[in-house]
Amino acid sequence: MEKIKSIEDFDNLRLLLKEETFKEDVPRIRLCSGTACAATGSHKVAADLEHELEASHKHVEIVKTGCQGFCQQGPVMKVEPWGYYYQKVKNSDAHEIVSATISGGFPIRKLLYRDSVADEPCEMVDTVPYYKKQMRIALKNNGVIDPRQIYHFIAVGGYSALAKALSSMTPDEVLEEVDKANLRGRGGAGFPAGQKWKHSKKAPGTLKFVIANGDEGDPGAFMDRSIMEGDPHGLLEGMLLCAYAIKATYGFVYVRHEYPLAVVNLKHAIKQAEEMGFLGNNIMGTDFSCHIEVREGAGAFVCGESTALVASIEGERGFPRPRPPRLSEPGGGVWGYPSNLNNIETYACVPPIIENGAAWFKSIGTENSPGTKVFALTGKVKNTGLVEVPMGITLREIIFDIGGGILDGKKFKAVQTGGPSGGCLPEEYLDLKVDFDSLTKVGSMMGSGGMVVMDEDTCVVDVAKFFLSFTKEESCGKCPPCRVGTYQMLEILEKITAGKGEPGDIERLEKICRLVGKGSLCGLGQSAPNPILSTLKYFREEYEEHVHDKYCRAKVCSGLGTFTIDHSECFLCGLCKQACAFNAVKESRRAYFIDQDMCTKCKACFTACPIGAVKIGKVKKQAGVGR
Amino acid sequence: MNIEAIDVNESIGLVSKVLCDHDKRKGILISTLHKIQAENGYLPEDILRALSKKISIPLAEIYSVASFYKQFHFSPRGKKIVRVCTGTACHVRGAAKVEHALKDHYHIKAGETTPDLKLTLETVGCVGCCGLAPVVTVNEEVMGTIGPKKIKHLIHVIEEEGVAHGEN
Repeated sequence: MEKIKSIEDFDNLRLLLKEETFKEDVPRIRLCSGTACAATGSHKVAADLEHELEASHKHVEIVKTGCQGFCQQGPVMKVEPWGYYYQKVKNSDAHEIVSATISGGFPIRKLLYRDSVADEPCEMVDTVPYYKKQMRIALKNNGVIDPRQIYHFIAVGGYSALAKALSSMTPDEVLEEVDKANLRGRGGAGFPAGQKWKHSKKAPGTLKFVIANGDEGDPGAFMDRSIMEGDPHGLLEGMLLCAYAIKATYGFVYVRHEYPLAVVNLKHAIKQAEEMGFLGNNIMGTDFSCHIEVREGAGAFVCGESTALVASIEGERGFPRPRPPRLSEPGGGVWGYPSNLNNIETYACVPPIIENGAAWFKSIGTENSPGTKVFALTGKVKNTGLVEVPMGITLREIIFDIGGGILDGKKFKAVQTGGPSGGCLPEEYLDLKVDFDSLTKVGSMMGSGGMVVMDEDTCVVDVAKFFLSFTKEESCGKCPPCRVGTYQMLEILEKITAGKGEPGDIERLEKICRLVGKGSLCGLGQSAPNPILSTLKYFREEYEEHVHDKYCRAKVCSGLGTFTIDHSECFLCGLCKQACAFNAVKESRRAYFIDQDMCTKCKACFTACPIGAVKIGKVKKQAGVGR
Repeated sequence: MNIEAIDVNESIGLVSKVLCDHDKRKGILISTLHKIQAENGYLPEDILRALSKKISIPLAEIYSVASFYKQFHFSPRGKKIVRVCTGTACHVRGAAKVEHALKDHYHIKAGETTPDLKLTLETVGCVGCCGLAPVVTVNEEVMGTIGPKKIKHLIHVIEEEGVAHGEN
């Protein structure tokens, strides 16, 4: 690898690479090798494909790309020049792919995506409904290039935004462009990146840092991992542009230790970029210098909070501290130097903005939230994975058009956005246009972009309990409102879901929610009550059912309801009697029935029944009990 | 790992130019702990003592940092580390059932190790494979869509490779 010594050097190399790499006449397989596809066996597929190709003396390029997004159908691949999109490829399919597609140019029907057995399969990527409405900016190189090959990245236009900035723009112009584009922080709160950069730039001192926040701890979100794994150079380019704009000389990428592949790919990318002269002293022969290194976390959700992250980089316990000073102010950043912290996805959006201009970026999305957002669509939807859509798309489009609707034809109940800091939205908000402000207005938030879909079999109280147990575990323990409050809220929720709820519990819960939200030191505590508040707002009657009627309509919580056997459905298999550990299922000559005095409501019979003849009903108010 | 051989300047990288000695020594703490754990599987006391001497940071302070982060352990761990993902997507798709099945099979709770040091069972926030929920990782390998049927297969995989490791 030769070092780039000037901008002309780079331009020549780029032109050369554009012609040399990804030639049109060479057949090519772009095989997803992201974490999810690797888990479903894409390495084996690659090995078998190589073996088959060698045996048949075919020259085919196999590009092991980063995550292509459609994780559920993995391993996925694109076969070019035909553009066929194959999913759920097994290593045993390698022979057929070579013999039919590569040699003959025919698609293999069983590997093509189809919505259901009755539908015609989709041959091309663009015709797959999952990809149709997507628009890729932050993820544009994911699924196209091999993240370990810097030449691939340059060939698809990488580092040209940096070259443009270094050769024809002043730092102020770069900053102005990002500010004009109104790029809002993709980490959750949506603070405009341009303003943050201005702040860091204004701070006195010659030594500044850029930090990328890759501590993606939200359960249910994995877009940052995808970018770090699949397009590490894109992230570096974004960080370099920021460093150029605010005149920073050092940078860190803070990555969760749980993402080993991301760490490996990033370190590899940094090494390559240093060798080529995109990182280090005198980048591309100019007098701009910047060094970027990887720092690993060690499993603490709170380290995603800016001040805690800085503490963790310094080698301290990851405690947040009160602000000000903010990170961008002297005394606030790493080792006291002014630092600019942005999310991974935010940095990944910067190079396209510099290349295409702020006006282009503003033309996408909504007025106050331009651009696209990556969502991790998961839960009870047919198609799960990463989707990047323009802001302003409705929830319905994401869940039903891209996600393909609810699994097994069940009914939609709620969608949870924003992870443990966000909230649940009911059906009436399905047509809500998604952007930073609209979600906040209805009591949820964008968060890092997790989107978990729930159907009628999900109990919202149980979901709130789940998020609370997460925040309780992850609370760092520094400030009492969060440390004690999350514990108390979880206690009450556990009581309610165990069927021991008392009148007044819901009100008590609401009160603690308010106190924790107002009194906590950092974002983790302040937003911890959100899952409860939003579910209370939209699904209060379910909480009330749990408390007053001792009934869980999703039939998730055990210890609630009255268990009966529907004799018109029961076909006397006796499995419920076997399952019951308390001898509560009694057998008469013609039927089984449940002895209410013996029943502990453990749900064993309910899960054992193969046809769903065990019913859970509301507890009937007994006469004479109470007043 | 040889604690004496640690070069503070080299470990912290190029920022060493702008930092004072104490900041540098503190700055390499977490990455050094990672290295020690990668080698030993946990953080042995004698090595921590040596580290404390080497980088002139009190043992109590090292303990305070190491105990804050969930990934550091102070006692030996099993050969197989099985992590059941309990992230949102896995939770919704039934991670609790997987966890229960493993608990029942090995008679240990999450966070514990079997007495024969074969297996450590843990729960983890989110491994980022939500598309494959529910997910279990066995050491570094990810196994997805663990349904009731696949649990048996999972246990089989855990046992099988455990034996193979023993033979080696």
